Amino acid sequence: MSAGLRILAAGPGVTVQDAGRRGYLRYGVTAAGPMDEWSFRIANRAAGAREGAAALEISVGGIEATAQGAPLRLALVGGEFNARLDGVALPTACVFSLHPGDRLVVRAGPRGAWAYLAFGGALALPSTLGSLSMHARSGLGGTGVRAGDVLPLADAQPGPSHPLALRGAPPSSAPIRAIPGPQDDYFDVAALAAFFDSAWTVAARSDRMAYALTGPRIAHAKGFNIVSDGVAFGAIQIAGERQPLVLMADRAPTGGYPKIANVVAADLGRLAQMRPGETVRFRRASVAEAVAALRVAHEAVAAGAHPSAALSMDALLNANLISGVTRG
Amino acid sequence: MQPRDYRLLDSGERALIVEFGDRVDAAINARVLALDGALAKAAPAGIIETVPTYRSLAIHYDPLRLSRDALADHVERLAQPHGAAPAPAARWTFPCCLDEGMGEDLGEVAAATGLSRNRVAALFVGAVYRVYMYGFAPGWCYLGGLPHEIALSRRAILRPPTPENSVLIGGGLALVAVNSMPTGWYVVARTPERMFARDRAQPFLVGVGDEIIFAPVDGAAFAALEERVAQGEVVARRTGL
Repeated sequence: MSAGLRILAAGPGVTVQDAGRRGYLRYGVTAAGPMDEWSFRIANRAAGAREGAAALEISVGGIEATAQGAPLRLALVGGEFNARLDGVALPTACVFSLHPGDRLVVRAGPRGAWAYLAFGGALALPSTLGSLSMHARSGLGGTGVRAGDVLPLADAQPGPSHPLALRGAPPSSAPIRAIPGPQDDYFDVAALAAFFDSAWTVAARSDRMAYALTGPRIAHAKGFNIVSDGVAFGAIQIAGERQPLVLMADRAPTGGYPKIANVVAADLGRLAQMRPGETVRFRRASVAEAVAALRVAHEAVAAGAHPSAALSMDALLNANLISGVTRG
Repeated sequence: MQPRDYRLLDSGERALIVEFGDRVDAAINARVLALDGALAKAAPAGIIETVPTYRSLAIHYDPLRLSRDALADHVERLAQPHGAAPAPAARWTFPCCLDEGMGEDLGEVAAATGLSRNRVAALFVGAVYRVYMYGFAPGWCYLGGLPHEIALSRRAILRPPTPENSVLIGGGLALVAVNSMPTGWYVVARTPERMFARDRAQPFLVGVGDEIIFAPVDGAAFAALEERVAQGEVVARRTGL
């Protein structure tokens, strides 16, 4: 039997994501890709996969899975999900081996919306327009992962003999940085101030396409229709209902509503990990500050993908201790 | 140096929007296409992808490889205020059927414009269209060049879902709508060709900036062409310009 990950159960919203579909935005094709680029990058690096390789993006719906054909080297990173390997708690972020017959269970934990399960080796799925990313709305790459699916792996690698914890980033409650524009001139000074000064609540209808925020109404200075232009990841659109909509990985490539600001790339993962009901605040940032933060985020990927030597197997068996240690 | 007649708008630190205007206009779109073409020929490392729209070009880039200032300088060198509009690379002839049951809303357009159904059809197939942009979903293709006589506003209330591969008009534009969808546009024809086919050697046939003309065929010819398309054949014809 060839190597692969057999899905025993999967909640809604579990998909395969690589770095995204590139080169087809101009034909109306959504890029997709991971919601939390940084956790995705750390997971791939820790698993020994190439940069941008396809990983499993796990929603709060969770998964259960086992290995087929060979032991698999896997890395699990993102949010604070509860993961168990044959009933034993795994560190919040870790590299481990999954053997045929082992049962991996990943469930939503105290925090976080998306976890990435990355593979030593490479997922051997057919690519569509150069990418394995699944985009539910267009069906490109498939619409989702379901119970009974087998994700075949080429060059499956055995993992460590014991699970190794990865250094977790400490949780941050700092405001999400955003650069005003490209249509900040569709809002007056008071509306911009209201956007940056208010606390916003992530609404239940948030998904991979957009995170809807609720809070005070943001008035438009000159209407809410613009002739379509391109839309970047993290663009914050304010349409007719005068509430922010942060356009995420599954956004359309173009759109016709004014965008008051754009979340900086370094903070997009943190925003993506928020769940409905959580509160988000924004802080005004410059392009220069955003680029500096992006550089730091890339450096943090290398550090985050490195197993922490301080954790012994004994420590890993104690879930309480693990959560205390990995939160640093 | 001449003052810039376009605006540079940051959409975060990984996208720069070059905005030539705020409306749908052939001359503005020509500027967008000219810059897009020039960037394709001389793309500095660090540009990931460009997205032309009616009136702006979105440049997605990696700011760790290409600084915002270097990109802005590059755009300034390429965005010629008085440069000639780029010639279309190709003209495509798309077969289409306007028969009853295909051009479902031709009668409504005739009633709204005071023209006869035949006159609306003749105006529609007599025009040369240009692809302004794709948007909404894969292969949805927005076309300029609709004759002003049939340039209606979109409906206030959506009509029921259109058949696949419908050719629509509305808001002064034409649109090839790949998938079935309720719409505020008017259905004037159907094409047997697929603007997008994921498994075809060339998933997208028509480039942004290409020209399209619609060649009417009767119902029997439409059915035969649709059968050939189902077998994987491309029935739209391309002429290099």
